[in-house]
Amino acid sequence: MGPTFGRGAMTNHWNDIANSDCVLIIGCNPAENHPISFRWITKAMDKGAKLIVVDPRFTRSAAKADLFVRLRPGTDIALMGGFINYILENNLHQKDYVANYTNAAFLVSKDFEFHDGLFSGYDKGKRAYDAATWSYELDAEKKPVTDPTLSNPRCIFQLMKHFYARYTPEMVEAVTGVPKKQFLAMAATFAATGEPGKAGTLLYAMGGTQHSTGVQIIRSYTIVQQLLGNMGLPGGGINALRGENNVQGSTDMALLFNIVPGYMAIPSEAAHPTLKDYLDKETPKASFWINKPKFFVSLLKAFWGDAATPANSFAYDYLPKIGKGYQGAGYSWIPLFESMGDGGIKGLLIWGMNPAVSSPNLNQAYGALAKLDWLAAFDLWETDTAQFWKRPGAKTKDIKTEVFLFPAADSLEKEGSVSNSGRWLQWRYQAVKPHGDAQSDLWYANRLGLELKKLYKADPKAVFPDPIVNLNWNYGDTPDVHLVAKEVNGYTVADKKQVLNFLGLKDDGSTACGCWIYSGSYPGPDKKNNLMARRDKKDPSGLMLYPTWAWAWPVNRRIIYNRCSLDPQGQPWNKDKAMFHWDPVAKTWKNLDVPDFKWIDPATKAHFGPEESAKAPFLMLPEGKSRLFVPGGACKEGPFPEHYEALECPYVNPMSAQQSNPVMKVWKSELDRVAQICDPKYPVIATTFRVTEHWQAGAMTRNLTWQAEMVPEMFVEMSPSLAKAKGVNPGDWVRVKSVRGEVLARANVTRRVAPFCCGKAGFANTVEMVALPWHFGFAGLITGGPDSRQNYAANQLAPMVGDANTMIPEYKVFLVDVQKV
Amino acid sequence: MGITRRTFIKGLGSGITALGLTDVIFTRSGWAALVPPAKTKDTQVTTSICPYCGVGCGLIANTRGGKLINVEGDPDHPINEGSLCSKGQAVFEVVTSPRRLKKVRYRAPGSDHWEEKPLDWAIQTLAQRIKATRDASFTTKSPAGVPVNRTEALASIGGASINNEECYLISKLARALGIVYLEHQARL
Repeated sequence: MGPTFGRGAMTNHWNDIANSDCVLIIGCNPAENHPISFRWITKAMDKGAKLIVVDPRFTRSAAKADLFVRLRPGTDIALMGGFINYILENNLHQKDYVANYTNAAFLVSKDFEFHDGLFSGYDKGKRAYDAATWSYELDAEKKPVTDPTLSNPRCIFQLMKHFYARYTPEMVEAVTGVPKKQFLAMAATFAATGEPGKAGTLLYAMGGTQHSTGVQIIRSYTIVQQLLGNMGLPGGGINALRGENNVQGSTDMALLFNIVPGYMAIPSEAAHPTLKDYLDKETPKASFWINKPKFFVSLLKAFWGDAATPANSFAYDYLPKIGKGYQGAGYSWIPLFESMGDGGIKGLLIWGMNPAVSSPNLNQAYGALAKLDWLAAFDLWETDTAQFWKRPGAKTKDIKTEVFLFPAADSLEKEGSVSNSGRWLQWRYQAVKPHGDAQSDLWYANRLGLELKKLYKADPKAVFPDPIVNLNWNYGDTPDVHLVAKEVNGYTVADKKQVLNFLGLKDDGSTACGCWIYSGSYPGPDKKNNLMARRDKKDPSGLMLYPTWAWAWPVNRRIIYNRCSLDPQGQPWNKDKAMFHWDPVAKTWKNLDVPDFKWIDPATKAHFGPEESAKAPFLMLPEGKSRLFVPGGACKEGPFPEHYEALECPYVNPMSAQQSNPVMKVWKSELDRVAQICDPKYPVIATTFRVTEHWQAGAMTRNLTWQAEMVPEMFVEMSPSLAKAKGVNPGDWVRVKSVRGEVLARANVTRRVAPFCCGKAGFANTVEMVALPWHFGFAGLITGGPDSRQNYAANQLAPMVGDANTMIPEYKVFLVDVQKV
Repeated sequence: MGITRRTFIKGLGSGITALGLTDVIFTRSGWAALVPPAKTKDTQVTTSICPYCGVGCGLIANTRGGKLINVEGDPDHPINEGSLCSKGQAVFEVVTSPRRLKKVRYRAPGSDHWEEKPLDWAIQTLAQRIKATRDASFTTKSPAGVPVNRTEALASIGGASINNEECYLISKLARALGIVYLEHQARL
């Protein structure tokens, strides 16, 4: 989403789904995993909206759908590629939108090519591309050359049309297993939202991302939504359904190796030796990101306060710079665990997470944890991870890892904000005090910071103590959460006055701000200025934007890219769902949401006409238009999504000679075994899923009596035909085995899953699929089965292989066999 | 508000008749008096947000004398309008479960059991471990002489289920320590 639109976040929000004319659910199961969100899908359906569910399983969401499309897991790009072809062949795209708001008209370099699954610039030895040819053609002034008629054969529209012409309905059927007739019904239903004034929303989650082609799968969804003109509209957008109550916030706060708070790159030793290098290279010449120096310097001031001065480049050298990471693969989840397994990582802090259930290839993960000198976990429960040293089969005595398990406070026992999937920052108040010695994570982080400062001040031999000793860390012994929230919002350094929003930030060290995209959430000194705590449900637009309920980033904007809800002349595509009114006589805007476009001159307060903002409806991208084609290697597999098979796959890729993602990293350690393509020992496709009664890695539900009673045991969904072939009766315990591990599960024989018949014409064959919930493990009130010597975690089976861009592991497709116990 | 028993029943009116419950209600004279007072009577109400998925449903918690009495969906919340899923309805047990950790547990290298430890000892010992690991592994400069100030021997994971202000402090502290192996649930 980031490379396509400029921001990697849900574009709309939960209530807004009710404004949709058609809801396409692909790669998520909201009825099960985001149950309350389904109220808004149901409300849309009550008003006549159609619901399409695409999934390998007949899910609870599918049960409510007008049309269920059973897709072979991992073939989303083939389905969406076919859909793109259908839209273009039948001329169903939203013409004014595509021509004006996307990069369809841009011309691409003459040297750009695609042949048999590979784009130009591929280096087989390095398993990487030189993306030089994936670029816009520039004129003498270095501006992209465009053809507004979209007829030049090298314009993106024509290139795309040519590229996806290979994805015929017949090819879609061969790859995905979706019958042609059903595919066409799906395509026609959702393509109807391409009519100006109609809105279709696309919802996805881990079913889209957890593939070795995850980023390109999401890219293929974004192309469909761009072609149909569904971005920025009430009832439209692309909505990633977040699985944890603050995974949006933890991402915004950059608990990820590659960014610092507010989606700015972490400095790297190769590209950014000095602050000047960083700001020169990371600040684009156009887009809202030209303000990046203000956000970055203000972050350094928030971190290091008075020690960040112009003379020391605002303490830029205090920030760590990344190198190449483990085996050149960076520092993300998979290389982190690979490095740990190799003995590189000695100490691990875990804040409310249970990787002994949630990590892929768990046997690798257990070995890695045992290599640590120490591990410290902060949690509500004794998780599977905290007791990995006494897991079934562990050689406890040989595990030398020292373990600290700290009792943490739960959400009702502390105060602070959380960011939901729809970017609403909502305030939690403390209802009760924590039990015993339990403390909030805020308290633990604060206290650790204080203790470390003390240790580093006291030790004259400490290594480079400056970033710690000088850390701006004044929240009190018992930290005041409001002080932290106010630092996140930002303030002027001289008088400690809160800034109103990020427009108040400067690059000269006169302002400090912990996370610029949250700037505006706490714009004054008192608790009454905490806009995250607002509870006023006024809805002036009637579109459920609720501008005075909580606060949404950025700057309380409820639907992002909202210029696209208007035609180039500034008139809403749909007059009944208008968020903005341009008065051509008075030459003024009346806004019901915060505009995500240039509408007012901050100095003169004069309003810009709609033609001004029509030039750049996507403020965060230098070209101002969303990207059907992603230039410059921002997506490592190529500028257009191309279908490749999963790493472990029972089919030869019908699309090209390139079987799997040509640039993904494949690990070589003994524990990283993968099955062969069409491996006869592992003839069944496996995928993982969640149930509504349990949550993620299970600690938060497997310890509760009600949840444990509702879904007490590990199970595997298998088709009646597979059960018959294996001699399995419903309720039997079966062993599901992959090349990496095995797990016991009760057979849930159900037509919710079914075999797929795919493959090139003449080579089609039928392959069974099983599906396993991944919540179970070996610790807690229930583990998933009756045998305390068993580990019921499904991820013992999943491979440690990730997408080439994000390294999100491929949990959703791997190969197994099933045996009766 | 003066809602009497009579107006209450009148208000329900034909709906009850249609349900065929009229007899049940009217043959039990004084039935309303038999209904115990709501357990939330005279409680303090605190609003919160559900700790499970990313929908962000509103909760209300009722407490009396610092004790949690009840948790339910917030009827004023625009997303859930009072409703909750089966997990959200179980938040009461998250708070009150006897399985919740109350003390620090410590497992010595090679040991087969937990020991209970004082909080102060544990946090101070952990700070010492962090410092020792960091200082033993710290890289100040790259081979090319670029200041890099990082440790590749410390890692921090998690944060998707805690509050923004907590995530911010962890993010800030991790960078101050030079941690580059910093990851969480968003990657999975």
